[in-house]
Amino acid sequence: MSREEVAVRVDGLTYAYPGHAPVLYDTNLKVLKGEMFGVIGPNGAGKSTLCKALNGLVPHFYGGTYGGTVTVAGMDTMKHTVAELSLKVGLVFQDPTNQFSGVSARVDEEVAFGMSMMGFEREEMFSRIRDSLRQVGLEGLEDRSPFELSGGQQQRLAIATVLAVRPEVIVMDEPTAQLDPVGKTEVLETMRALNREGYTVIVAEHEIEELATFADRIIALNQGRIVSEGSARRVLTQVDHLKEIGVDAPSVTELSHLLAEKAGLTKDAYPITLDEAIALYHDLTRGRPS
Amino acid sequence: MSLIDVEEVWYSYGNRVTALVGVSLKIEQKETIALIGQNGGGKTTLAKHFNGLLKPTRGKVLVKGIDTREVPANRLALTVGYVFQNPSHQIFSSKVWDEVAFGPKNAGLKPGEVAERTAWAIEAVGLSGFEQTHPYDLDYGKMKLLTIASIMSIKPEVYCLDEPTTGQDHQGRRRVGQLVRNLNEDGATVIVITHDMRFVAEVAERIILLAGGRIVADGETRAIFEKTDILAGAQIRPPQISQLAHALADCGVPPNLIAVRELADCLANIIRADKG
Repeated sequence: MSREEVAVRVDGLTYAYPGHAPVLYDTNLKVLKGEMFGVIGPNGAGKSTLCKALNGLVPHFYGGTYGGTVTVAGMDTMKHTVAELSLKVGLVFQDPTNQFSGVSARVDEEVAFGMSMMGFEREEMFSRIRDSLRQVGLEGLEDRSPFELSGGQQQRLAIATVLAVRPEVIVMDEPTAQLDPVGKTEVLETMRALNREGYTVIVAEHEIEELATFADRIIALNQGRIVSEGSARRVLTQVDHLKEIGVDAPSVTELSHLLAEKAGLTKDAYPITLDEAIALYHDLTRGRPS
Repeated sequence: MSLIDVEEVWYSYGNRVTALVGVSLKIEQKETIALIGQNGGGKTTLAKHFNGLLKPTRGKVLVKGIDTREVPANRLALTVGYVFQNPSHQIFSSKVWDEVAFGPKNAGLKPGEVAERTAWAIEAVGLSGFEQTHPYDLDYGKMKLLTIASIMSIKPEVYCLDEPTTGQDHQGRRRVGQLVRNLNEDGATVIVITHDMRFVAEVAERIILLAGGRIVADGETRAIFEKTDILAGAQIRPPQISQLAHALADCGVPPNLIAVRELADCLANIIRADKG
């Protein structure tokens, strides 16, 4: 990416929920426009709090002690309301049913609900409902109840409600954690497709082997601090370092770490995806005497 | 006599959906079993037959020779402990300690024994220090560990864990894996219902694959992960290591390897032979 347009900038963010010790310490990061940015780390590391800081829920909704600056799509989150920020940053939660209004009997009404709070005109709303349901692959299900959808469909509906306001940045906090494999695949594919369409996507995710196949850059958080950052390869090949903070590298990367010495592999040569591993070990074992 | 004997079991919810279609299997002492398959395949329905939560519409289930239709479920619960997928379906106490103490207390154990088991189970799942915490103040992963502890304190012979790794981070997942191994070493049979194939490869010796209410595969874990056609038919992706071993079959790698360590050893040998 030659033109470095910054979508998100976090400078020296330190945050504590009211009456608690800080959960983020002096956090600095920069996400470029169009990037697929992964956030990994154990539960309690501060991933969710970071996600909530990106759309202003932290600190506007939660209160607490806040230091540093978060700028999203050119807006300083301290200087804008959550409602203003939500036009630029969409936040998708782990449990999609938490996101639903609970008052909509139909999928399309649910998408309309968020927009109607923002004063869009009728025709514009219809077109946006159509577009966002198409983007997440839920067209045809407009008249279904949100609560009779599968888990993966519910999460895609939650994404559609966020897309309808056409944000620049989409933040997802462990969107696949409670889904079955079919649902996980649906949501991950949706994420990938949105990123291809040009959206900046920031996702906190435990599915490391999946993340390895599509994240441009990753940060690893532990106890409120960024302990590793860089390209997906740079972060995911730090096998021992990740293990120390309780994160498992992809199996094929762990394998290569065990074999590093015997196979003469340096960290930059570790595969992080299955396809890379197949290619590498095909090369390394070719011509084996039988 | 098997620990659990499922004979030609059919089960219908109401008179509409047939969730199990003539399922037969035997479960022995000290097994580790993964029940896998897509949602709607019958995993949970089958598992709920192991402790009498559900009774067969046709056929029968014997637990240690006792027909589950002839005893109340709460008696079987002392033999077969069931941990629900959704912890909020199980938790009802306002303190972690009380939640774990409930089972042994209810089984009529003496207070000293109740306290001992409660402390042991809480420690085993890593919740020491949270004894007085309200269960709903725990995060989802810890709540699931709590539901496992509340079954461990009963010391059943069989554990059914429904999706124990859902919502866990890697540490939590490892902890659950270690728990399964420890319980198994102590003599228990552990049955996990799971979608997490990396976890299956790590903890289960046997896989039972359900699809459309039928058992479509039942056997040793590494043997099942080799049956790529059957797995694909059930929309199951084997763990990454198993897929890699498969893809490297033409390089001399046995396609039934499932653990990182064993594939590493195998590749090391092949690469060494190359160099030699």
